[in-house]
Amino acid sequence: MRYSGLRVLWEGLTGNKGWQPAWREPEPKKSYDVIVIGGGGHGLATAYYLSNKFGITNVAVLEKGWLGSGNIGRNTTIIRSNYLLPGNEPFYELSMKLWEGLEQDFNYNAMVSQRGVLNLCHTDAQRDAFARRGNSMRLSGADSELLDQDGVRALYPFLDFDNARFPIKGGLLQKRGGSARHDGVAWGYARGADLRGVDIIQNCEVTGFHIENGVCKGVETTKGAISAKKIAVCVAGSSGRVMAQAGMRLPIESHVLQAFVSEGLKPIIPGVITFGAGHFYISQSDKGGLVFGGDIDGYNSYAQRGNLPVVEDVCESGMALMPMIGRARLLRMWGGVMDMSMDGSPFIDKTHIDGLYFNGGWCYGGFKATPASGYCYAHLLAKDEPHPVATEMRLDRFKRGHMIDEKGAGAQPNLH
Amino acid sequence: MIINHPLLGPRDAAEFYYLGDASLLDRPDWQAPDAADKFYEYQYLRDNAAGEHRELWYHEQGDRSWLIVTRDTLTHDITKVELAHDVALAKQADPANTGREG
Ligand SMILES: Cc1cc2nc3c(=O)[nH]c(=O)nc-3n(C[C@H](O)[C@H](O)[C@H](O)COP(=O)(O)OP(=O)(O)OC[C@H]3O[C@@H](n4cnc5c(N)ncnc54)[C@H](O)[C@@H]3O)c2cc1C
Repeated sequence: MRYSGLRVLWEGLTGNKGWQPAWREPEPKKSYDVIVIGGGGHGLATAYYLSNKFGITNVAVLEKGWLGSGNIGRNTTIIRSNYLLPGNEPFYELSMKLWEGLEQDFNYNAMVSQRGVLNLCHTDAQRDAFARRGNSMRLSGADSELLDQDGVRALYPFLDFDNARFPIKGGLLQKRGGSARHDGVAWGYARGADLRGVDIIQNCEVTGFHIENGVCKGVETTKGAISAKKIAVCVAGSSGRVMAQAGMRLPIESHVLQAFVSEGLKPIIPGVITFGAGHFYISQSDKGGLVFGGDIDGYNSYAQRGNLPVVEDVCESGMALMPMIGRARLLRMWGGVMDMSMDGSPFIDKTHIDGLYFNGGWCYGGFKATPASGYCYAHLLAKDEPHPVATEMRLDRFKRGHMIDEKGAGAQPNLH
Repeated sequence: MIINHPLLGPRDAAEFYYLGDASLLDRPDWQAPDAADKFYEYQYLRDNAAGEHRELWYHEQGDRSWLIVTRDTLTHDITKVELAHDVALAKQADPANTGREG
């Protein structure tokens, strides 16, 4: 069924009796061409592009819970392509371009909203770094604008510009950045893949791999054994646990990141704002809730909940930036398990085991990457060579000394 | 989280700086023929255990000692806290002792 305005009108006039489930609930077949492990945003996008752009339709997505139960349904929905390094920026700009055409492409309302992402700077050195980053973004075809204090004031007069410790000196604005509806993205990709015949199998956990003589031939699951020519792991925060079943250790640690939503308020924050003197970012949802977050908790964790010191830190940063939110009450908060890599950048690669592929290491920034990650992973699976914008996202880059370390923080995941 | 410091008693985890897996204490031999590979594994690869995890915490806002905390990464329960210093000394006396038991 194609969704359209006319369809909504027609269904409204005929008692909404014609709507059908957006995807089937099939039992797994004995074998597939490609099995994607993990029905998060990246896994579903991979299945979508495999079936819609690369002509591979005999595909299953195996998800241990329900669609959207992982980080795709837990993030703060910011999309942007404002990276510095050549190993990253062209990839994120491809993602931005895919976001721009996504809803028409998969015929689903993902509420992509290019409301602008503004990074604030508070020192001269930070402004210099932003000028450099803005130029680097433009080299990859992204948009960027360096604002002075008046420029920021015109957008957001309510910020605490003259804060004694963290005066706001300006900012780097990406107007094409913004937000999208996180679980809508998962559902849209799921529906688009299902329409092409991809089997999306929920409540099906992968518990082991069949590896013979260095070749991966299938997986063991809670719904029985399933074989495939290619197995594509795409499990974000569970990367370490799943790849351990194939005997692999990864340059990844799992950490918890929290997110917060306030009660619904009248529209006040039109875009996305990030604080430059601490880790804090905020936007406002269409329902009026302030959606914000900050640092990861900082220690290894597989619990999808965090601790109070980070709550305090995030709220203090928020108050330093915009004291007007001090009276807003917190409605909900939760945590998600992040696949923090050793240089803060991701992997889309083959492993040393034939037929076994790996996608992970997205840290706290993989939502914006969803379209390009799916596209590039599908490209790798279909052609057995990396997409041109993902050539540096290799598992062996640490061994070769070719890290993609945006922050220059070194091999310590909780610093990225 | 409360960390039961062996010398100072229960302390808020916010007083500490977290480094990571306690395997970082086992620095490879830089003169070994396969030192490059060993250092790559040491520096970059992790078990990333879901469950019991031995890890290094530094009491930055306290007595500045390094601790080895045994914590469950699924529940955040802390079952054991040792001074990294003691573990390292015990290991020097008996290299086979990884400190994982007892
Ligand atoms: C609080 C928070 C805020 C964030 N904010 C942003 C943001 O503003 N912008 C941004 O770009 N990114 C953000 N992120 C990061 C982003 O959400 C993730 O990087 C991204 O969603 C990860 O990819 P995914 O969607 O495929 O992951 P997931 O949705 O986690 O998908 C992985 C799936 O694999 C499944 N799985 C695991 N093990 C198995 C198994 N053995 N068998 C079968 N299935 C398995 C899991 O159940 C899960 O559904 C945020 C994350 C969090 C937690």
